[in-house]
Amino acid sequence: MAVTDTTEGRRRAPLVPWIKGALLTLGSVAVTMLGLLFVTFIIGRVMPIDPVLAIVGERASQSTYDAVYQQLGLDKPLLVQFLYYLWDVVRGDFGMSLLNARPVSEDIARVFPATLELATLGVFIGIVLGVPLGVIAAVRRGSWIDQIARVVALVGYSMPIFWLGLMGLLVFYGILGWVGGPGRLDIFYQDIVPSRTGMILVDSAIAGDWSVFRNAFSHIVLPAALLGYYSLAYISRMTRSFMLEQLSAEYVTTARVKGMSERAVIWRHAFRNIRVQLITVIALSYANLLEGSVLTEIIFSWPGIGSYITTALLSADMNAVLGGTVVVGLIFICLNILSDLLYRVFDPRSK
Amino acid sequence: MNAFNRLMTGAALGLALAVTSGPMGSAETPANMLVIANRIDDITTLDPAESFEFAGSDVSRNVYQKLVNFDPMDLDAGYQPEVAESWTVSDDGKTITFTIRDGLTFHSGNPVTAADVEFSLRRAVILNKTPSFILTQFGFTADNVEQTIVADGNTVTITTDQPYATSFVLNCLTATIGGIVDMKTVMANEADGDMGNTWLKTNSAGSGAYKLVSWKPNESVTLQSNPDFYLGAPAMERVIVRHVQESASQRLLLERGDIDMARNLNPEDIAGARGADGVVITDELRGRLMYVSMNQKHPELSKPEVRQALKYLIDYEGMQNSFLNGQYVIHQNFLPRTFLGAVDENPFSLNVEKAKELLAAAGVESMELEVGVREAQERIEIAQTLQNTFAQAGITLNITVGTAKQILARYRARELDVYLGAWGPDYPDPHTNAGTFAYNPDNSDAAQATGLLAWRNSWDTGGLTEKTAAAVVENDRDKRSQMYAEIQATFRETAPFAVMFQKIEQTAQRDNVANVNLGGATTAVSYWPITK
Repeated sequence: MAVTDTTEGRRRAPLVPWIKGALLTLGSVAVTMLGLLFVTFIIGRVMPIDPVLAIVGERASQSTYDAVYQQLGLDKPLLVQFLYYLWDVVRGDFGMSLLNARPVSEDIARVFPATLELATLGVFIGIVLGVPLGVIAAVRRGSWIDQIARVVALVGYSMPIFWLGLMGLLVFYGILGWVGGPGRLDIFYQDIVPSRTGMILVDSAIAGDWSVFRNAFSHIVLPAALLGYYSLAYISRMTRSFMLEQLSAEYVTTARVKGMSERAVIWRHAFRNIRVQLITVIALSYANLLEGSVLTEIIFSWPGIGSYITTALLSADMNAVLGGTVVVGLIFICLNILSDLLYRVFDPRSK
Repeated sequence: MNAFNRLMTGAALGLALAVTSGPMGSAETPANMLVIANRIDDITTLDPAESFEFAGSDVSRNVYQKLVNFDPMDLDAGYQPEVAESWTVSDDGKTITFTIRDGLTFHSGNPVTAADVEFSLRRAVILNKTPSFILTQFGFTADNVEQTIVADGNTVTITTDQPYATSFVLNCLTATIGGIVDMKTVMANEADGDMGNTWLKTNSAGSGAYKLVSWKPNESVTLQSNPDFYLGAPAMERVIVRHVQESASQRLLLERGDIDMARNLNPEDIAGARGADGVVITDELRGRLMYVSMNQKHPELSKPEVRQALKYLIDYEGMQNSFLNGQYVIHQNFLPRTFLGAVDENPFSLNVEKAKELLAAAGVESMELEVGVREAQERIEIAQTLQNTFAQAGITLNITVGTAKQILARYRARELDVYLGAWGPDYPDPHTNAGTFAYNPDNSDAAQATGLLAWRNSWDTGGLTEKTAAAVVENDRDKRSQMYAEIQATFRETAPFAVMFQKIEQTAQRDNVANVNLGGATTAVSYWPITK
């Protein structure tokens, strides 16, 4: 019996650090979210914008102003206001938009899928083109392809996205007519497929309506390519840098001396070792896109979370700003956790 | 890893093929559909009892009928019968009895009755939302509406607290808040005693030329024509207003033929679109005024000669012909052109010598002033121009740029020396502007009349308050108009306000679109007369 007990004890042992790790992660998520909420809340309250004025208008009498001020709870101490807000958020209630009196959670559920769709396609383009470009640039260091990769990255870093977006629209939509214009769909295709996920490409594919899919794709391809280009610039430069470090390592020389093919040396050995670093780069890039590229969304009339938060901020709609910020914060945290999990998969040392 | 490579290669190829699989040509908009690009992010509600923004007024004007309304093809004619077929005024001038037109129906199919009118007006007073002052200024309160707004058979009687000019009352009823809602539909959607307010924010229950199909905040508003509209089914069966923030994007959409109208082109894009094939530019005067005001608590600014001098230190023409070109026109009176009582006299122009003489007569050699400006490009440019011309007469103008909260708070607290800002009418009657620029019954700090521009500038109006109060109860329309002309003549010379410009809205549209009327200075856009 004693032997059996010991065996069972050994089997259970790995669970303890796992649970401990999960609890630590949850704790760190909770503390981070609390900090994010607190800082955002305080910034929202001390900013020189007036939510009361936004609601009542500048012509309202002092009594109307005071009534709304109290109605919003702004007469209470900041800490009390924060605790009320925290309690609501914990219950999944971001409050009502101060301006349109709709639940902020509903607004976010409407705008976030648009950003998710755009960012996912954008980062996909960035990975598909950026990673191979970075690897090739590193392998053929100093060659013409390395120079091209350098120029591509430089332009990507330095060109204002606003200008590039407008030029893209002018050329590919205005002159060539290859892509759809600003907006997610042509007017003829709007409200045809039922919204299940809020992502039109996915919804139209589920509905099997390929004409809507094609039209949606024609609208998303340009802004996604634009965002993808900026991801590509970052991903390709980082990939090149990581690969150069690996290619100069002794184990690569050893592999070559052993007669291993160059392809195997690059992809099976060197590339395998940069996967963990690449995951961080890609996760950061994706998170940046998911928080919404405001300028891209404005130029392409893309109703995403970036323009939602910006409009809310300019309209002094602080509940909407706070709700949007919390969602963006959650995205960062989730992607961080995902990166950590992928580290464990790809990096034997972290196991 | 091989599988990964294959996946990536396949995806890249698929993407490239999809992108280069041929032009995604855009079709012209259909003949029975009007597509407009506009900035509609100011819409916060579509309930006529609450809506008080430009884009919301555009929707409301086409969805809701009113007792009296403006004919878009003849705005100068003033209010005309709509839901009210006719009206009579009691001898004491306090009671107006409207006879309701037969045969009108709501979009739901319910008939438009006197009870609906009674409900709509009472509801607007009881809900007490931001624009409710347009009705409550006649003495209506939540407590007295059952006596002051009463339906009887096919008539509705409204009784005001004093005998106002009938034109004043009726002009106010043409405002968005005068929209008649379908009582049965609205009350069927009431929640927690809100008289259907929550539901009506995003739905419609009107009898106008269009019904609301959908409003997606910051995305679009879609309207469907009402085939039973009493003036006949509109030619445009569907109207889609798309939110397009960026001017250049609006222009591209218009030139490609994907939209019929672009309403927010900046001067550069207007100039560019002017030469484009199939695009025409139209100009229409709107009600917004740009003005500078001088705080009368300032010892120097309170001198009449100094106030006059500053009006001669503004380069009206220079600004109109440069950075405001096509966007604003010189106008030096508080009533916008096309309003009842509006006048065209613009006696002031840049005259530094005359300004210096006036300043010398006032004993002012030099002074330093602070001007508060909200962070809008055109306002900052105007402030910089003022800084330059004021300096020519020895006046140092320090510009403080801030958010609405920062600047308005100080303006409302009577703290700014000079304020540079804009003002738009709340309803299409001269009292809307006279009642704020030239009316201030109690100039004391304790009055806290922060809604009145005259009070914000600590100006006792020098007798114009009484004249304004008299004009608003004058029933003879011509005489009333003349009274406002006289008030403005005095105002121009004595007031601590230099009204400078009136807004022009430039719209670019496809050349096949006809009968567009944006509403001028008095109302909002009308879609029902539009044809293509």
